[in-house]
Amino acid sequence: MNYLDFEKPIAELEKKIAELNTISVAENDVLVPEIKRLRKRVDELRISIFENLTSWQRVQVARHPDRPYTLDYIFKMCDRFMELHGDRYYGDDKAIVGGTATLDGYSVMMIGQQKGRDTKMRQYRNFGMPNPEGYRKARRLMKIAEKFNMPVITLLDTPGAFPGLEAEERGQAEAIARNLKEMAVLRVPIITVIIGEGASGGALGIGMGNEVYMMENTWYSVISPESCSSILWKTWDYKEEAASALKLTANDLMELKIIDGIIKEPLGGAHRDHEAAAEAVKKQLLVSIKRLKKMKPDQLVEHRIDKYSQMGDWIEA
Amino acid sequence: MPWFQRKDSNIQTDTPKEMPEGVWVKVPTTGETLHRRELEDNMWVCPQSNYHFPIGSKEYFSILFDEEDIIELGQNILPTDPLKFVDRKKYDQRLVETQKKTGLTDAVRVGVGKMKGVDVVIACMDFRFIGGSMGSVVGERIGIAIDYSRKHRIPLIIISQSGGARMMESVLSLMQLAKTSGKLALLSEAKVPFISLMTNPTTGGVTASYAMLGDFNIAEPGALIGFAGPRVIRQTIGRDLPEGFQTSEYLLEHGFLDFIVARPSMKSKLARLLNVLQHKYEK
Repeated sequence: MNYLDFEKPIAELEKKIAELNTISVAENDVLVPEIKRLRKRVDELRISIFENLTSWQRVQVARHPDRPYTLDYIFKMCDRFMELHGDRYYGDDKAIVGGTATLDGYSVMMIGQQKGRDTKMRQYRNFGMPNPEGYRKARRLMKIAEKFNMPVITLLDTPGAFPGLEAEERGQAEAIARNLKEMAVLRVPIITVIIGEGASGGALGIGMGNEVYMMENTWYSVISPESCSSILWKTWDYKEEAASALKLTANDLMELKIIDGIIKEPLGGAHRDHEAAAEAVKKQLLVSIKRLKKMKPDQLVEHRIDKYSQMGDWIEA
Repeated sequence: MPWFQRKDSNIQTDTPKEMPEGVWVKVPTTGETLHRRELEDNMWVCPQSNYHFPIGSKEYFSILFDEEDIIELGQNILPTDPLKFVDRKKYDQRLVETQKKTGLTDAVRVGVGKMKGVDVVIACMDFRFIGGSMGSVVGERIGIAIDYSRKHRIPLIIISQSGGARMMESVLSLMQLAKTSGKLALLSEAKVPFISLMTNPTTGGVTASYAMLGDFNIAEPGALIGFAGPRVIRQTIGRDLPEGFQTSEYLLEHGFLDFIVARPSMKSKLARLLNVLQHKYEK
């Protein structure tokens, strides 16, 4: 288990409990009440820490190396998942995965950005930063879903579209723009959940849902706090200030009326209990599918375009 | 004594400088000096080197529209500071100062008028307004332009010059990508022509939405066009970028532009293209 800086008090108590546990077994259970007391203390600590996370701390939880990723969710939530590969133009992007599956009996198209768990896999997945072929694969799968009348479920978790030379050469901007245009008029429901990092156009490029949810400890913004700091403050040192200025937490986005709801995570974050996190997401997805299934294709398109048309804040003179 | 020292006195940026004041104007690429009048007569293009000086909506409107008398849309939509955003300066203060300095209300203006006798809606961005960044107002005004174009079946031209989405409105800016692209999808279904003209620079969220979605994507010569900026890419890949990377000419070569158009022939070329389309759909 990896611990973040602000989780250190929890880590220390848990270490103490683990130590007492070994003694306790050996010397019979005279220490049981003490362990019980410490366990309670850990829970209380966890509640108080996680209830009061700053924006920057949420960003850190969203990036926690033990957090469930797209494929973890898919395998825990779905049956009969068949991964589908390739954009049919250039290649198969490893940072976006997708395929057909069933979710509690409903046929669905699952698509999401994928990060790697260890050094080797992180590189293989390009740290969850898609190239244009990733967005084009996603679009291809969405069109299949439309053809065979299946809801599209997209899981967002990316530090951004890859800013590389070849990505530009192959049209990163065109790939994202085209996705937005085609998602807008897709004639099946799109449901989007931000499960980790929602960085700008790279996230939105597969995330134009009829309904959009954020998990409790995730972020969604036009830019990462680090890049924002480097551009506006001309140094990398103001990431904490940038994180709070950008209003990027689930609560912020709820207030800004950008998302439809917040999915509660297990105490201490989704990384503490993958099973429970997946269960919470699945529950929301089923509610949304049942609701959107009732809408006709024309209504779904209208609903989606209206939804995004209303976003923004301005004064009318 | 620090253990390393910066060699350059200032960091080079690729963003265009504002039009200099004075009678004599220096061409940044060649160092040549030109008379202001001569430059104006040539639509702010250096006759020798073909360097296109950055210009704004006022100049583009006068270049493209037949008459000065146009209908302006969306000017009643004004920016606000929804997030109470503060970096080194307060956003609301930045807005007021920029408005005062530029005489603009935000980074895009929308005009309806005739271009060589053809009705057109032109939305033109202004880089001078916070780097031509797209916030709620830019998205909403572009949306108004698209809706008007669709309702009246008048071809749409969007002239982009932008560093991307406006950070000070965070996710609200990001959602303007979705808003404008969604409306363009409807315009496309209605089969009303849309020309996207990219000028220096067109990057970030603007490129990743309406700028790349034209039936015809065209650009001025030598414009910087891309998703990520060159500095970020250089940092990511850790080596120098090839000469001419992310220029109009490079994008044309890689299949993302229909053609490159120099300013002096812009109006006649755009009108010719729309004429042929109109000719077809009126038959």
